[in-house]
Amino acid sequence: MEDMYHMDRAMTGTQDIKISARDVNVYYGEKHAIKNVSVEIADKTVTAFIGPSGCGKSTFLRCINRMNDTIDIARVTGNILIDGEDITDPRVDPVQLRAKVGMVFQKPNPFPKSIYDNVAYGPKIHGMSRNKTDLDEIVERALRRGAIWEEVKDRLHEPGTGLSGGQQQRLCIARAVATEPEVLLMDEPCSALDPIATAQVEELIDELRQNYSVVIVTHSMQQAARVSQKTAFFHLGDMVEYGETDKIFTNPEDPRTESYISGRIG
Amino acid sequence: MTDLNTTGAAPGPRKKTSLMVQDARTKKRNAAEKRFRLYGVLAIGIAVLALVTLLASVLINGSSAFRQTFITMDIYLDPAKLDKKGTGAIEDIAKVSTFGYAPLIQQAFETVFEKDNIGVEGMTPKTAAELISPEGSAQLRRYVLANPEEIGDTVSFDFLAGGRIDGYFKGRVTMASAELDSNVTPEQLQLADQLKDAGVLRTKFNWDFLTNADASENRPEAAGLGVAIIGSLYMMMVVLVLALPIGVAASIYLEEFAPKNRWTDIIEVNIANLAAVPSIVFGILGLAIFINFAGLPKSAPIVGGLVLTLMTLPTIIIATRASLKSVPPSIRSAALGIGASKMQTVFHHVLPLALPGILTGTILGLAQALGETAPLLLIGMVAFVRDFPGAPPEGLFDPAAALPVQVYNWTQRADPAFVERAQGAIITLLVFLLIMNTVAIILRRRFERRW
Amino acid sequence: MSAGLVFLIVVLIAFAGFVVGRRRALATAGGDPRKLHSLPGYYGQTVFIFAAAPALLLLVVWMLAQPFYVENRTSGLIDTADIAAGSSRDLVMADVRRISGGIDTLVAIGGQSEADIATMDAQEVDVRKLLAGVGVALGSDVNRSVFEAAKSYRGTTDTMNLIRTVLVIIASLAGAAYAYTRINPEYRARNVSEYAIKLLLIACSSIAILTTVGIVLSLVFETYHFFQLYPAKDFFFSMTWNPQFRGGSDLGILPLLWGTLYVSFIALLFAVPIGLMAAIYTAEYASPLVRSFVKPAIEVLAGIPTIVYGLFALVTVGPLLRDYFAQPLGLGNSSSSVMTAGVVMGIMLIPFVSSLSDDVINAVPQAMRDGSSGLGATHSETVRKVILPAALPGIVGAILLAASRAIGETMIVVLGAGAAAKISANPFEAMTTITVKIVSQLTGDTEFASPETLVAFALGLSLFVVTLGLNIIALVIVRKYREQYE
Repeated sequence: MEDMYHMDRAMTGTQDIKISARDVNVYYGEKHAIKNVSVEIADKTVTAFIGPSGCGKSTFLRCINRMNDTIDIARVTGNILIDGEDITDPRVDPVQLRAKVGMVFQKPNPFPKSIYDNVAYGPKIHGMSRNKTDLDEIVERALRRGAIWEEVKDRLHEPGTGLSGGQQQRLCIARAVATEPEVLLMDEPCSALDPIATAQVEELIDELRQNYSVVIVTHSMQQAARVSQKTAFFHLGDMVEYGETDKIFTNPEDPRTESYISGRIG
Repeated sequence: MTDLNTTGAAPGPRKKTSLMVQDARTKKRNAAEKRFRLYGVLAIGIAVLALVTLLASVLINGSSAFRQTFITMDIYLDPAKLDKKGTGAIEDIAKVSTFGYAPLIQQAFETVFEKDNIGVEGMTPKTAAELISPEGSAQLRRYVLANPEEIGDTVSFDFLAGGRIDGYFKGRVTMASAELDSNVTPEQLQLADQLKDAGVLRTKFNWDFLTNADASENRPEAAGLGVAIIGSLYMMMVVLVLALPIGVAASIYLEEFAPKNRWTDIIEVNIANLAAVPSIVFGILGLAIFINFAGLPKSAPIVGGLVLTLMTLPTIIIATRASLKSVPPSIRSAALGIGASKMQTVFHHVLPLALPGILTGTILGLAQALGETAPLLLIGMVAFVRDFPGAPPEGLFDPAAALPVQVYNWTQRADPAFVERAQGAIITLLVFLLIMNTVAIILRRRFERRW
Repeated sequence: MSAGLVFLIVVLIAFAGFVVGRRRALATAGGDPRKLHSLPGYYGQTVFIFAAAPALLLLVVWMLAQPFYVENRTSGLIDTADIAAGSSRDLVMADVRRISGGIDTLVAIGGQSEADIATMDAQEVDVRKLLAGVGVALGSDVNRSVFEAAKSYRGTTDTMNLIRTVLVIIASLAGAAYAYTRINPEYRARNVSEYAIKLLLIACSSIAILTTVGIVLSLVFETYHFFQLYPAKDFFFSMTWNPQFRGGSDLGILPLLWGTLYVSFIALLFAVPIGLMAAIYTAEYASPLVRSFVKPAIEVLAGIPTIVYGLFALVTVGPLLRDYFAQPLGLGNSSSSVMTAGVVMGIMLIPFVSSLSDDVINAVPQAMRDGSSGLGATHSETVRKVILPAALPGIVGAILLAASRAIGETMIVVLGAGAAAKISANPFEAMTTITVKIVSQLTGDTEFASPETLVAFALGLSLFVVTLGLNIIALVIVRKYREQYE
C-alpha cells in the first residue's frame, strides 16, 4: 500500500521543479564562496554537484536547508525557492525548513544513542507520532527505506555508534528520511566509506529517488555518473555547467568541465 | 513491507504547509528555544551578579580600614613626670610605664579645651582622654624612648582615636548605640564632633594599617597587617625556592625522560589526585609530619611554606608539563640531530622555550598558595603574634601570621571594628593577587609562542 | 657544629672539587679540550656530585635517625616512679627534650658553666625556677632522674653531633678524592653527570608519591591511636558530637557528616544548574565579544581565595538570608546556617562546574550538532537532546569533582555554617561539618594524647577517603569520556 502510494506520486510528478535557486551568492567573511549561482532542481530525481575541492558545491548545498545559518561569518544573498516559496525569507523558520529538507553528512554522525533513538529523534522533535506504536512504525519504515532494517532489527536498542561505517551512514540516511522530508541533501555521503559500503549506499540513493528530490555532492565522477540524472559542475564558486548527467560526461560544453572530466584539473 | 499493513492506519507524510507560516508546534518550539537562551543569560547574570556583590561588599566594608581617625595635639613632655631623677639616662626613662604617660595626654586635652574653648558639660580631661586609643600612651612612650632628648619640649603628636570614636566617624557607632555601650558615652561623641570642628580630630589615610603588627582585643584601631604581610612574603619565598625547582625537575622527568611504565603511571595519578585533595588535609600533614615528627616550631613561616609547597607542586607540575608539551618535537629532533645528548637538548633548547609558560604557571600557583587559609590554621599560624619575625633564614623559624589567616583571626574577635579590618585585609590580599595575576597574563601575552 | 654549617662546608668542598676537577681534566688532556670525552665542565661536575651527594644523603639520614637512637638510650634513665599517673614515658621524654634545650640556654645566657651543670642535682636546685629565669617554662617540677636523663640526652646529642660532623665531612672529601682520581680523557664524565641529574629528576618527581604516603601515614597512624582510646563503633555510628575537656566525650561523626553533605548538597543545587547553563550559553550561544567578557569574569570567581567567600558569608549573605528569609518564614534567627554556607559555596563552585562543563561540551564533535540541526532541531533541542546526553559522563565527572571540592571546603563553612553539631532538616539552622571540627579540634594548644584531639585525624582520614574516592571515580569517568571522542 505504501509503495503504491509512492509509486503513484513518482509517476505523476517526475519533472516538477522542486528547488529553484536564483543568483545565489555566499560570502564567508571576505571570501566570496559562491558566485551568482542559478539552478533548477527537479523533483524525484538525483542531482549531483561535482567539482574540485573548495569549489563551493558543499557550500551551495548547505544553502538549500539554510545550514549556513549556523556559521556566524557566512552571509547568503539571492533567492532559493522550494515549491515556489522563498526559503531565504526571514519569515521562514529554518527549523521547519530543515524538517522538509533533510541532510546527510560527509562523515557518518550517529548520535551516541541507541539505533532506535537515533531514528526516532527527528520524529520526536517534530511531533510526528501520537504514541509509542506510531513511533515504532515510523522508525521501522525509515530503517527499511534506509535499507538497514534487516541488519539492525534485532538490536534496535544498541548504540548506533557500534555499527560499521557503511551501516552508520545508512542509519543516518534512515534518520534523515524518518522526518518525511521532501528533499534530501547528501554531502559526499560515501567519502568515508569502503567500496562495498559505497555500493550499498549508492543503491539506496537510487531507490530514494522514487520519493524524494535528492541532491548529492560528490568528489567521484564515477559516482555522479552512476547515481544521478542531472549534474552540475562547480568551479571556483561558479556553476560552470548544468544538464543531463549523460550529456555532461559525454559531451560537455564548457572547456573547464571537459578538463575536469578528463582529469586535467581537480 | 507487508508487516506494516497490519498495524492499522499508518502515519502518512506531514500535511503540506507553507514555510512562510509557522505552525503551532514550531511556535512552541521556538518559544522553548527562547526560554532556554534566557536561562543561559540568567545563569550568567547570577554568576556576574554574585561576583559584583562579593567585590562590592568587600570594597564598601573594607575601604574604611585604610582610613583612621587621629587626634593631633601638642604634648608637653614634662620632665617632672618622664625623667623624675633628671639624669636623662634612658634606663630611668624606660622605668616610666605607659600609665605614667596618661597625665600628659590629659594635660594636653586641658590645653585644647582652653585654647579652642570647647568642652562638654561634665567632661573631665580624664574622660576626654578616653577618646584616645589605649595604644596612644604606648605610642607616646615609644616616641619618647626613641627621642629622649626631646623631654621638656612640646611636640605635636598624632594619636590614634579610640575604636568607638573612629567607628563614630565611619557610621558604625551612633549616639543611640553609645547610650548602651560601656566603652563610650554620647558626651564623648559630642566632644569628638567639637574636636573635629576645631580641626584637632581628623580622618586620614592610614599607612599603619599595612605596617603595624596585630593588636589586642580592645584596641582594634592599632591593629595592622605588617606581621601578616611579612609572614606571607616569607612563605611565598619558601614556596618559590622549593616548588619551582622541584616542580620543574619533576615535570622534565615525567614529560621528557619517563618510560611509560607502572611507576610513572602511579606518579601521574598521584599528581592528579594531590591537586584535588582538600587543603585542610595538607594542614593535617603539616601538623603531623613537620611539627610533631620533625619538630619544627609552630606558627613558623617555614612550616607554612613547606605545606604550601606541597599544595602548589601539582599546579606547577601540570602547568610546566603543558608548557613542555607545547614545544614542538622538531626542536628536540634538531638538537638531537646535531649530537646533543638528551639532557643537553632539554636544558639548552626545550626548557628555555617553555620558560614563559612555566613562570606563568608558577605565579598562578603562588597566587593560589597566597590565599590558602585552612592548612595554616592547623599549623598554628592563628596565634596572636605581635613581634615581627627576624630576617631570613632565621626569621623563617620565628612565629608570624599570614594574610588570609589574619582575616580569619579578626573575624573571631568580638569588636565589630575588627570585621572592618578583616575586610581591609582582604582588599590588601586581593590587590596582591591582582598584581600576581596581571603579571602572569602579561607574561603569557608577551612571550606566548604559537608554533 | 650545626647541621646548617656542615651543609655549607660540604657545598664548599663540592665547589672546590668542581674547580679542581675541571682543571685536572684539562691538564690530563694537555690543555686541549678536544682530546677529552666530555666538556671540561662535566669532569668538574662529577667531582661536585661525588663530593656532595653521598655526604648530604648521609647527613639527612643521620638527622632522621639520631633522635631515635638518643631517646632510646636516655629514656631508660627515667625512674618509672617519676612518671606521674596519667602520663607516659613519651610525655616525660618531651619534658626531657625541653630541659635539655633549657640547659643549652642556661649555658649560653644564664651564666652557668658546663661544670656547674654537670654537678647540678635536681634535688638541691630548683631547676624549674632556674629554667623559667631564661624563658623555658616547664609544666611540673623536675625530678632527679628526669634531670639526669636530660643531661645524658644533651651529652649524647652533643657527641653524636660531633661524630656526624666528622663523618659527613670525611664522606664528602672521600667522594671528591675518588672522583678526582678517576679523571682521565677517556672517562665518560658527561654520562656520569647526566645520570646523576636524572636520578635527581626522578627523586623530585617522587615527591608527589612521598606527599601522598605522608598524608596517608600521618592520618592512619593517629587514627589508629584514636581508635585505641575511643571505640570505632561509636565514632562511626553515634548520633552525638559532644567533646568534653575532662573526658567522656561523645565523638560521633554522623552529625558532622550530615552537615557536610547538607551544605554540599545545597551548594551543588546552586552551582550545577547555574554553572552548567553558563557553560552552555558561553559555548553555544554567546558571541565572541560576549564570551570575551563573561569567561574572564567567571574565572575571577575561581581566583578568589575561599577566606574571602567565608567573610562574604559571615558579613553579607548570612545576615541577608536571616533578615529576608529565615526570620520572616519563622525558620530561625541564626545568620550562620547551612543555607548561608551552601549558597556561598555554590557561588565558589560556579566557575569550577562551568569551566569543566565548558571543556566537555566543546569536546562533543561539531558533526553531532550538524546532524541534529540538519534534522530540523532547534539549537536548544540539539543542546538538550544530543549534546548534553553525549557530554553526560564528562558532566557527571565535573559534578563529582565539584562535590569533592564542596565536601573538603573549610573556610566557608568555618565562617558561614556555624559550630553546632546537629542533625536537622531546616536549612536555616546552624550546623557544622567535618572540616569545621578538624579546625576546632586542632587549633590552639593541643595535647596529642586525648581522643578529643586525635579525633581530628580520624575525621581527616574519613574526609580524605571520601574525596579521594570521588576524585578517582571522576577522573576515570572523564578520561573514558575523552577517549570516546579522540
